Amino acid sequence: MTIEVKNLVKKFGNFAALDGVDLKVDSGELLALLGPSGSGKTTLLRIVAGLDWPDAGEVVINGEDALAQGARERHVGFVFQHYALFRHMSVFENVAFGLRVQPRAIRKDQVAIRARVKELLDLVQLDWLADRYPSQLSGGQRQRIALARALAIEPRILLLDEPFGALDAKVRKELRKWLRSLHHEINVTSIFVTHDQEEALEVANRVVVMDKGRIEQIGSPDDVYETPASAFVHGFIGESIELPVQVEGGVVRLGDRPLRLAAEGLAPGASRLFVRRHDMLIGPPGSGAFEGAVQHVRNFGPVQRAEVALSGGQTIEIDAPRDRELRAGDTIGLEPRRYRIFAG
Amino acid sequence: MTMQIADTVSLSSPEAKARARAAAARNNLRTEPQAVRIAIIALAIVFLSVFVVLPLVLVFAQAFSRGLLAYAAALAEPEALAAIKLTLVVAAISVSVNLIFGLVAAWAIAKFEFTGKTFLITLIDLPFSVSPVISGLVFVLLFGAQGYFGGWLRDHDIQILFAVPGIALATTFVTFPFVARALIPLMQEQGTQEEEAAISLGASGLQTFFRVTLPNIKWGVLYGVLLCNARAMGEFGAVSVVSGHIRGETNTMPLLVEILYDEYQFVAAFAIASLLAMLALITLIAKTILERRLEDGEESRDH
Repeated sequence: MTIEVKNLVKKFGNFAALDGVDLKVDSGELLALLGPSGSGKTTLLRIVAGLDWPDAGEVVINGEDALAQGARERHVGFVFQHYALFRHMSVFENVAFGLRVQPRAIRKDQVAIRARVKELLDLVQLDWLADRYPSQLSGGQRQRIALARALAIEPRILLLDEPFGALDAKVRKELRKWLRSLHHEINVTSIFVTHDQEEALEVANRVVVMDKGRIEQIGSPDDVYETPASAFVHGFIGESIELPVQVEGGVVRLGDRPLRLAAEGLAPGASRLFVRRHDMLIGPPGSGAFEGAVQHVRNFGPVQRAEVALSGGQTIEIDAPRDRELRAGDTIGLEPRRYRIFAG
Repeated sequence: MTMQIADTVSLSSPEAKARARAAAARNNLRTEPQAVRIAIIALAIVFLSVFVVLPLVLVFAQAFSRGLLAYAAALAEPEALAAIKLTLVVAAISVSVNLIFGLVAAWAIAKFEFTGKTFLITLIDLPFSVSPVISGLVFVLLFGAQGYFGGWLRDHDIQILFAVPGIALATTFVTFPFVARALIPLMQEQGTQEEEAAISLGASGLQTFFRVTLPNIKWGVLYGVLLCNARAMGEFGAVSVVSGHIRGETNTMPLLVEILYDEYQFVAAFAIASLLAMLALITLIAKTILERRLEDGEESRDH
């Protein structure tokens, strides 16, 4: 099942939640919509599901105009951030709901419904909870039941709105892995919304980065991390050092200090320089594009993080391997192994 | 034995005394002196006895003052039976109308955004802030002989005032906030996600309402209906204005109590009053049970 979204616009009062969004999702893909809150990612998901309506634009699911159909007819599985399980029904009845409300002509009989629910509960590995009520489950269990419920109707596409957003870090990591293997198993076209970059990069085949109602970049997890298309993407994904620079006559300046950095093809004017923290190589004073004094050093698992006051006055944080000896008070040279400069 | 001796010894030690004083000081911080506590509790008990228990006991004492037979006879009077029947009919009408209205209003307010929503919420509270007599007078102004629709109603031979429709209308007006008021906060808190989930799973609007929305709010609905019913049966002011006090026809139970009392028929008056008092007691008990149910529902949601 493919999903195609064309020039989608949605306004809430004066606020443009979606400001002209185009997106194509291929069959069997697991796509992440990644962005800060207010970027429009949930609105986009809800419009695809039929829970919200756009002011302009098109939504085409598998070649059909989805906007001509209500949420009921679209046959889309939707998983909510806060689960939205039916609190007065047992787990079994929650999963069975989609099967029980089908029109009489195509509704399965009791035995078939029972078998299907059991199959789904096995799939999410929670068959032993069938008689419990949602209030008796943990957050992670609730979300897996919500997923089983959405899958019960054999949806054409599966939409997940911040599925792990309300869970604690450990459960979240487990469920990420589980979701990826589940997707591999059932292979239904899926879109999930998240504000957690790690989650998006780890789970998805393709990542759509959104900001302020627009798509900033679409690409594989490697693409968006290694070659960010905009200053926003660079700043949002991965931990970056950001410095305000001036590009003039083929020279990049930080304050009044020219940097030994290539400036071909860059538009002159105020720009921003981005470097990943671990891409700053440490050398003796005078060896790199930057020079600075180490303020203090802390250890973070495999790396040490140093705060460095640059000679231009800015303070940056860099990550260095643990075996590189660094002490507060050292003067060091810094050379960015990789960097990007964006105008603006 | 040795243990006990040790205890006595340690109690008399200065350290233990200091500890005991500290404990006493903590107690003093936590509560008032015993005398004050007793005085406050006694005041509350006396107040409740004089203003709640005593009147209730008196109602029953007066009703049974000439014995069980006189009580039964007073209730078996055609006038009394007519009043009971009318009260039940009016309560049935106004509760059903307000149930539907309350559900629709609460649904609209809790699940949709629209302009004028705050105004609608204020409007729902109107009957609570207006004197019931005024509420009754409004219907006289509308449907009375000199009222806006009076002429038209007379031409078409439709009787609203001084008849069951007028009493039902006035009662419905006075009681309409109860169901809506009970449901609005409940439905607002529950939000729309479960309904959205139901619809995305293929449920129709009606299926969503009966399978998801209604089970979630059923205790709130019962709570609203209970209070609405209690008020509908007990309403005096508004009904008094529109009823016309036609004996055996348009007297509800509260109106009949007043009439019988004015005629010095104390046993009969208090017999009817005792029925209303019993309704109040049953309502109170049911209300307590329902409130517990509603709280349980909230707790299970918090997990």
